[in-house]
Amino acid sequence: MKQLRSFIKKEFFHIFRDARTMLILFGIPVVQLLVFGTVIKSEIKDVHIAIYDQSKDETTQEITNKLLSSGYFLLDENLDNLDDIDAIFRKGKVREVIVFENNFGQTLGKEGIAKMQLIADASDPNIAKLAISYTTAIVNDYIRKLYPEMQLPMQITPEVRMYFNEEMKSAYMFVPGVMALILMLISAMMTSISITREKELGTMEILLVSPLRPVQIIVGKVLPYLLLSIANAFIIVLIGHFVFGVPVSGSFILLMLETILFIMMALCLGILISTAAKNQMAAMFISMIGLMLPTILLSGFIFPIENMPVVLQYFSHIMPARYFITIVRTIMLKGTGIFFIWKETAVLIGMTLFFIAVSVKKFKIRLE
Amino acid sequence: MIEINNITKSYKETMALSGINLHVNEGELFGLIGPDGAGKSTLIRILMTLLLPDSGEAKLDNLDVVENYKKIRKMVGYMPGRFSLYQDLSVEENLNFFATVFGTTVQENYDLIRDIFYQIEPFKSRRAGKLSGGMKQKLALSCALIHKPKILVLDEPTTGVDAVSRKEFWEMLKNLQQKGITILVSTPYMDEADLCDRVALIQNGQILDVDSPKQITEKFPRKIIQVGARNMYQLINDLRAYDKAEAVYAFGQYAHFTGLNDEVETNELDNYLQNLGHEKILVEEIPAGIEDVFMNLMEQ
Repeated sequence: MKQLRSFIKKEFFHIFRDARTMLILFGIPVVQLLVFGTVIKSEIKDVHIAIYDQSKDETTQEITNKLLSSGYFLLDENLDNLDDIDAIFRKGKVREVIVFENNFGQTLGKEGIAKMQLIADASDPNIAKLAISYTTAIVNDYIRKLYPEMQLPMQITPEVRMYFNEEMKSAYMFVPGVMALILMLISAMMTSISITREKELGTMEILLVSPLRPVQIIVGKVLPYLLLSIANAFIIVLIGHFVFGVPVSGSFILLMLETILFIMMALCLGILISTAAKNQMAAMFISMIGLMLPTILLSGFIFPIENMPVVLQYFSHIMPARYFITIVRTIMLKGTGIFFIWKETAVLIGMTLFFIAVSVKKFKIRLE
Repeated sequence: MIEINNITKSYKETMALSGINLHVNEGELFGLIGPDGAGKSTLIRILMTLLLPDSGEAKLDNLDVVENYKKIRKMVGYMPGRFSLYQDLSVEENLNFFATVFGTTVQENYDLIRDIFYQIEPFKSRRAGKLSGGMKQKLALSCALIHKPKILVLDEPTTGVDAVSRKEFWEMLKNLQQKGITILVSTPYMDEADLCDRVALIQNGQILDVDSPKQITEKFPRKIIQVGARNMYQLINDLRAYDKAEAVYAFGQYAHFTGLNDEVETNELDNYLQNLGHEKILVEEIPAGIEDVFMNLMEQ
């Protein structure tokens, strides 16, 4: 026990005395969170539009005002010619053109149906799609308020509600993802590097010759990073909450327990990497390329798993982050408890046990 | 104390050790002398239970290095080739760490390391990475001794250390030997062989000879002629060109010359060199040193 304590103390000295380690541990998470938070966006703001209003009546005016006051759109130009549409798209600034037909208001009043056309620049399909759906929503909303009793036969108006994220805030999506990414990276990378560093410097030789048992070495390596990663998870949740307004609807304690489980899993994975990697460089590359990219791409963090090719969907099953992201989203956004995530939790526990077993078994009591 | 029987070890294609037999007595200061790549570190690592031999067996204090590796690890002190210290920990922290890991305290065995440690004690709060080579070596030795090992094994402890520190270091080893510790030390420096009780000359994974340094040189049958002149480079070339030359090696500021069948006399060589116009010629017969023996054994 005394040996283990002394080992852990030594590990903390290594961490706190190395500026680079400290930067990776505490600088990168905050920067990554802030960068992802501002870069990844599925909401639109200040999209430039043009309007070709052939009717110029009260209704079209009101719809235009409503669109422009929403904050999503900025009016660039009023067109008065169909040919201008093409020209203005080519200039590149305007992403959407709205066309009202002649006698728009009048037709709407009389026949209950009027035509407007939405044309979007789909060279950036995401923005185009978002702009169109935002416009449609605003126009529908206006019409409904104008004629609350209007009920035409066979008319179906789908009412869309974005549950758990009513405003479709992207922060809700990326905070769990970034959390998974950072914890995975730091835990796995830092442990694998710190073990391979001992190999590289030759201190491993002495540790092996010492009466320390493999379990003591592994626990001694894991524990400091476990504590620091928990602190990190805390910081991420705090920044998510106070900077990006992500709620923690469910149990905070459950969230932390699941986080600790995920960190344990990543740490054991790090040890496994270190048993395979010969030097710090190799350990870093395996962690970076082998863990970071799949975590970003295949965990459902950015790209929905349902939209992936089937092969990759199968592949995503072995991404631990996939389960963790589901868990975090469930707890933070839906606020439900363990009954809804026991499967994911079980998978993570299984993975952790597997990695521990393999690393203890693979841990070399000798140099080869 | 150390028994090595027919140990072989190969890495993929290369044979690192082929059939090593060695016996080290209790309380002995034993030297393993050989150039880089001779197999010294491999042999030491097998003894330290860090590598498994392909065949053969080795015992330390009657404990087998493969079966009883755990017991061996408790009773040996090991100083690996590179000074394996934590560079970012201070002298004191390093020492305390290794003491605790081996289940002891610095106070408990301070007697053993006092003579060594007092020299670096003034720097005890300095990081190990900022110490000079000689000081690192003393710290590493202190760390290896902190659990009072029965057997101390050092892999090239003096490589990369200045001459004064090397001398001091060997004095420390002699003192440790007085305290009853069996010491096995490897070195590529032939001049250090004379400081050991017995040495084994090792080359290409084979033991060439085992004996006391004195015996090794005394039983060497060849006549060595030490030659010096102002222009060393030219001297060596001319000596090698001499038709009765068997071997010529540069030894610091002199060349050591061995004649075919030892038939070359000093005055004969003197005349030869004077005719070639060398200045400040010095030719004398000297007793062979370990290095001469080694060079000769390697030739065979």
